[in-house]
Amino acid sequence: MVAATRERPAVQAVGARLSVEAVSHAFDIRGTPLPVLDRVSLAVEPGGFVALLGPSGCGKSTLLRLVAGLEPPDQGLITVDGDLVEGPDPSRLLVFQDPTLYPWRTVRGNVALGLEAQGVGRATRAARIDQALGLVGLAGFADAYPHQLSGGMAQRAALARALVNEPRLLLLDEPLGKLDALTRLAMQAELLRLWEEKRFTAVLVTHDVEEALILAERVIVLGDRPAAIRAELPVDAPYPRHRDDPDLVRLRRTILEILGQTT
Amino acid sequence: MRQGGRVGLGLVLPLALAIGWEIAVDSGLVSGRLLPPPSRIGATLLDLAASGDLLMHVEATLIRVGLGFLWGAAAGILAGALVATLPILRWLVDPSVQALRAVPSLAWVPLFILWFGILETPKVLLIAVGVFFPVYVGVSGAIASVDRKLVEVGRIFRLSRLALAWRILLPAVLPATLVGLRTGLGLGFLFVVAAELMGASEGLGYLLVDGQQFSKPDQIVAAIITFALAGKLADMVLVTLTRPLTRWQDTARESL
Repeated sequence: MVAATRERPAVQAVGARLSVEAVSHAFDIRGTPLPVLDRVSLAVEPGGFVALLGPSGCGKSTLLRLVAGLEPPDQGLITVDGDLVEGPDPSRLLVFQDPTLYPWRTVRGNVALGLEAQGVGRATRAARIDQALGLVGLAGFADAYPHQLSGGMAQRAALARALVNEPRLLLLDEPLGKLDALTRLAMQAELLRLWEEKRFTAVLVTHDVEEALILAERVIVLGDRPAAIRAELPVDAPYPRHRDDPDLVRLRRTILEILGQTT
Repeated sequence: MRQGGRVGLGLVLPLALAIGWEIAVDSGLVSGRLLPPPSRIGATLLDLAASGDLLMHVEATLIRVGLGFLWGAAAGILAGALVATLPILRWLVDPSVQALRAVPSLAWVPLFILWFGILETPKVLLIAVGVFFPVYVGVSGAIASVDRKLVEVGRIFRLSRLALAWRILLPAVLPATLVGLRTGLGLGFLFVVAAELMGASEGLGYLLVDGQQFSKPDQIVAAIITFALAGKLADMVLVTLTRPLTRWQDTARESL
């Protein structure tokens, strides 16, 4: 599996094509509009992995919320496979920085939510939940309650809750941001494995340059608020990547320079 | 075993005090006229129970608390839910409710007597007023503090509005609501005394007034003990009935 590179086997592409065209958006702070996104355009090919990188509070998360359909953009178009995003949809799932599990449901119950909403039958549901939990390494914790899980396990449960719905577009809003350093490394490898196996399209919001370079095929650097795209950098290194790969180190320096963090 | 030991430990202090007082009165060290020894209080309780009076008084009090609790809790849940979900109502109503909440319970008594006489209505109403506020505060606070993201996850999965309310909002607000109900029930027992002090011919509060007027401290203490038992019992019933609703919270519940 050393040669697990860009020529991935031609499994049917389940990933969706995402297109964001000239999207601008503003928050309403007590009647005064605070612009957070300024004519952002980007495209993600089916099955692609793109990282959105930028200073915290720059509007990256807002962009994900718009793509998820939680809010309509003030201006511009967001389409998924050519269809206008008009509201939330279980094929486009958002994973938050906090696991946001329901404390009154077991892990199994949490993962079941999307399938219940779609009216999937009990037996099918159970099989798919078991599969999703196995996928994220939580097979033994189906009946645990969220408060019994560690931070990393809770985030795995949140991932399983998304993956069980077979999303075509996975929106990751700093999902590893609150984990400790070691867990984060393990979860990065995990995310990569899930992406290579499931072939969904992934958009990752992060402020961790290294994380973006380890995971994404393309890194989009956003500037300060209102966020506009400052640079788009393809990352051509094969997976699995190594942090000290000279190409990545060079890219990292370039990105930090763009972000104004020259050291 | 360990828990049994803990319960036993909690009984040591009251038992020691009771036995000590009994001995002190028995040996003539104190007269026991104002605070009768446990044996006399026990005898009074038994007398009251044997004649059927105790049951009648307990029943009268429990019915008042029960009715007041039902009305107060229903009004509190309804008002709390409305105020938490409709901003207009919140701005319009909440400041007034908060101001009324600051009024001491006994301040209502003269007004209620004037309005409703001295029969059951003012008593039940006074208890309902006492129950209303903690339930109102608990429910409105719980709804207002539901994590927005928990609701958003539900929206992403496209739960219907009904499913959103039933599967996410309701369980999310349930623990705080139950705490509000528990506090409300406690206040109900507090207010029933005030209610029965305003002229009742039956009820544990009546036993208190009667004991004071005819200098029967043993009856007063017997009524106090019955109050404690009835209140504790009602609380246990409420907790037992609602426990299945919050089983997931068991770890948090045990510390209550």
